[in-house]
Amino acid sequence: MSDASIKSAAKSSGGLDHLIYVLRANPVTMLAFCMFALIILAAVFGPSLVPYDPLATNAANALQAPSLAHWFGTDSVGRDVFSRVIVATRLDLSISVAAVALSFVVGSVLGSVAGYWGGWLDAVLNRVLDTIMAFPLFVLAMGIVAALGNTIENIIYATAIINVPFYARLVRAEVNIRRDSGFARAAKLSGNSDIRVLAMHIFPNALPPMMVQVSLNLGWAILNAAGLSFIGLGVRPPTAEWGIMVAEGANFIVSGEWWLAVFPGLTLMIAVFTFNLLGDGLRDIVDPRQRT
Amino acid sequence: MLSVKDLAVSFQTRRGSVDAVRGISFELEKGEILGIVGESGSGKSVTSYALMRILDVGGTIKSGEAVYSGVDLRRVAEKTMRDIRGREISMIFQNPRAALNPIRKVGHQIEDVLRRHAKATRYTAREKAIEALEAVKIRDAVARYDAYPFELSGGMCQRIVIAIALACDPRLLIADEPTTGLDITTQKAVMDLVSELIRAREMSSILITHDLGLAAQYCDRIMVMKDGGIVEQGDPVELFSNPQHSYTRKLVDATPREGESIRSLLPPEDRKPELPHDVSEDALLDVRNLTKTYRGKSGPVHAVKNISFTVKRGQSVGLVGESGCGKSTTSEMLVRLMDATAGEILFDGVDIAAMPAAAFAKNSRRGDIQMVFQDATDSLNPRHTARHTIAEPLQRLGQMGGSELSTRIEELAGLVGLPATLLDRFPHQLSGGQKARVGIARAIALEPKFLILDEPTAALDVSIQAVVLNLLMDLRAKLGMSYLFVSHDLHVVRLLCDHVVVMKAGEIVEQGPTLQVMSNPQEPYTKELLSAAPKPPARRIVA
Repeated sequence: MSDASIKSAAKSSGGLDHLIYVLRANPVTMLAFCMFALIILAAVFGPSLVPYDPLATNAANALQAPSLAHWFGTDSVGRDVFSRVIVATRLDLSISVAAVALSFVVGSVLGSVAGYWGGWLDAVLNRVLDTIMAFPLFVLAMGIVAALGNTIENIIYATAIINVPFYARLVRAEVNIRRDSGFARAAKLSGNSDIRVLAMHIFPNALPPMMVQVSLNLGWAILNAAGLSFIGLGVRPPTAEWGIMVAEGANFIVSGEWWLAVFPGLTLMIAVFTFNLLGDGLRDIVDPRQRT
Repeated sequence: MLSVKDLAVSFQTRRGSVDAVRGISFELEKGEILGIVGESGSGKSVTSYALMRILDVGGTIKSGEAVYSGVDLRRVAEKTMRDIRGREISMIFQNPRAALNPIRKVGHQIEDVLRRHAKATRYTAREKAIEALEAVKIRDAVARYDAYPFELSGGMCQRIVIAIALACDPRLLIADEPTTGLDITTQKAVMDLVSELIRAREMSSILITHDLGLAAQYCDRIMVMKDGGIVEQGDPVELFSNPQHSYTRKLVDATPREGESIRSLLPPEDRKPELPHDVSEDALLDVRNLTKTYRGKSGPVHAVKNISFTVKRGQSVGLVGESGCGKSTTSEMLVRLMDATAGEILFDGVDIAAMPAAAFAKNSRRGDIQMVFQDATDSLNPRHTARHTIAEPLQRLGQMGGSELSTRIEELAGLVGLPATLLDRFPHQLSGGQKARVGIARAIALEPKFLILDEPTAALDVSIQAVVLNLLMDLRAKLGMSYLFVSHDLHVVRLLCDHVVVMKAGEIVEQGPTLQVMSNPQEPYTKELLSAAPKPPARRIVA
């Protein structure tokens, strides 16, 4: 880049300016962030906003088609589907965020160590990850939940375990290519120990590709949790959860009560779609090179 | 043969359209070698890409024409253009390794172009490819036919690229920085070969380079480009000895050559008197029998073999040699990023080689030995602002903080000539010269006694190199540092260093006072290095 273009560029922008710039530059990112904000709102305020108690049954009002009173209709015991879909957001989101956060942290530590020091540690770790990845991941998750016990925490652990290899591999590669870079060596000359060089200088540079992985993973983790609930593992009825609601509603599709499965299914799809769209935007936000 | 009129090229970018080439016109005669010189961003490469119609995405030829043997290269159909590329006009690229397909045998890659232009059939291709390899003077061409690019040295790869370019007997050869990144003796061998082949085949050629010395040595005519326009063109000797345009004058001045001082690289108005620097007699750094041996797949690899030399207080020592000679390994050991296999590094009388490199970060002498890295871009953390980068050693080793820290950072920025307004920028928002200054500011932040400079100007344009070299000289005088200047460029070493150490294959072949070694080299290798360096014609100072 020439001197002239540097001088003509606006002076260095802060984090908020950059966020606004990224959102403006890409309408898809803008849309994704709006949808994400909506999901967060539903998760935080949903339970206090919904018109009906998601667990209150009303046999007289069972299996009603969508109407003004019940936007998404009611289920076989007369619970309001709309309320249940909104309330379920918090649970599904918490499971996926917790699982992704866990695999992010564990994967980052393992991958950084393997990529930076290499040697036997790297070899052992890679074989372990290969072994995990050799299983059909969903079946592995099923096995873990079945073995550890049918609780929400175990769904989180299972989802985290099957995601760890993706993070570890990504971080390992990103750290490995920067291990001998000039800035890492310069950091050592500035008196940083190996661990500090790794944590403060090399690892943050792996964040942009990690962000893409995180957002794709969030969607995937929601699907995974819903999938486990769908087959009866993890979350148990009558708790409102998208996977269970789809599973319960599936029985009624043949008899024409489509709204039971379709609305939670659609919500699930929209949530996953949002996270998939979010990836590029998140990457642009954490990458200082996108700032001009 | 080639006539370019008002050629203009522009690129679409995030900030709108950028003009890379602004309406240039030139002629190329049959059998002529035209040199296009200029600094990065001058549009010299874009011009050649436009002629070949291989511009990057977003680049378009806005106007003008380029007539080659009656064909307008701008308007002709893509199909015809494909026939012209390789058969009529060929190109050699900057990085030979990147220009070759890494997973195909080099012989096959030559066959591809021969068969594409129907110069060979399936049955004769192998034979013709071997002929092409022999034409570029590759020894044992039959065996090399089956080699993959990774098995060959950089110079060999460039010969293969030349063989591919010349396989179909083109009439025009465009060479885009053909020797950048090659060693100086390899550069000479490759350039001699190219110019010999061009003369023998009566081809025309365009040589694009940032090295004025190289252009002067091999071209019949030189064209100087700046900001997408031609500022001056003419005979090389005339252009050098009596440049008309102020930019050419600046460029010629900035090119290091024999018999010049470091200040004369700068434009006349910037030449301040040199500050004296004192060399004392006692040794600051005494390297004794330093050795580094790696365990390779086929036995031990001796990267550095038993070398000894001394750096006195205030002295600048040049460490010269070609790639693979062990100079980088030596500097890594001296700066304590790497452990030596054997030997001593006495720094102020204490053997610092005895302490493991991994623990040296905590040593009280860490701040005394610092380094400026070769690639300024690579040596700056892309996520840290310039301020953050310079603050790092001050915080970690100097235990500085608060207003003291920011005062010191601004002081350092002033010392290296970096405007304080640039301190909050990220590396990608800085130019090459500015990044080099940030790297230097970081290295001198703790006022080290000993500074290793690993080719600090290798990636910079000559005019910026001139400024950085002068800055380094001033800093040496102001702070009384000793330098170890690692370089392959003998002209630069001559300017800055008092003493020079020449390395080859891990050993020191010759060392002594710079003037003595340069003017009267004893060893054949030193002589070879000196004679391979391009010699720009001297500038005649018009009184």
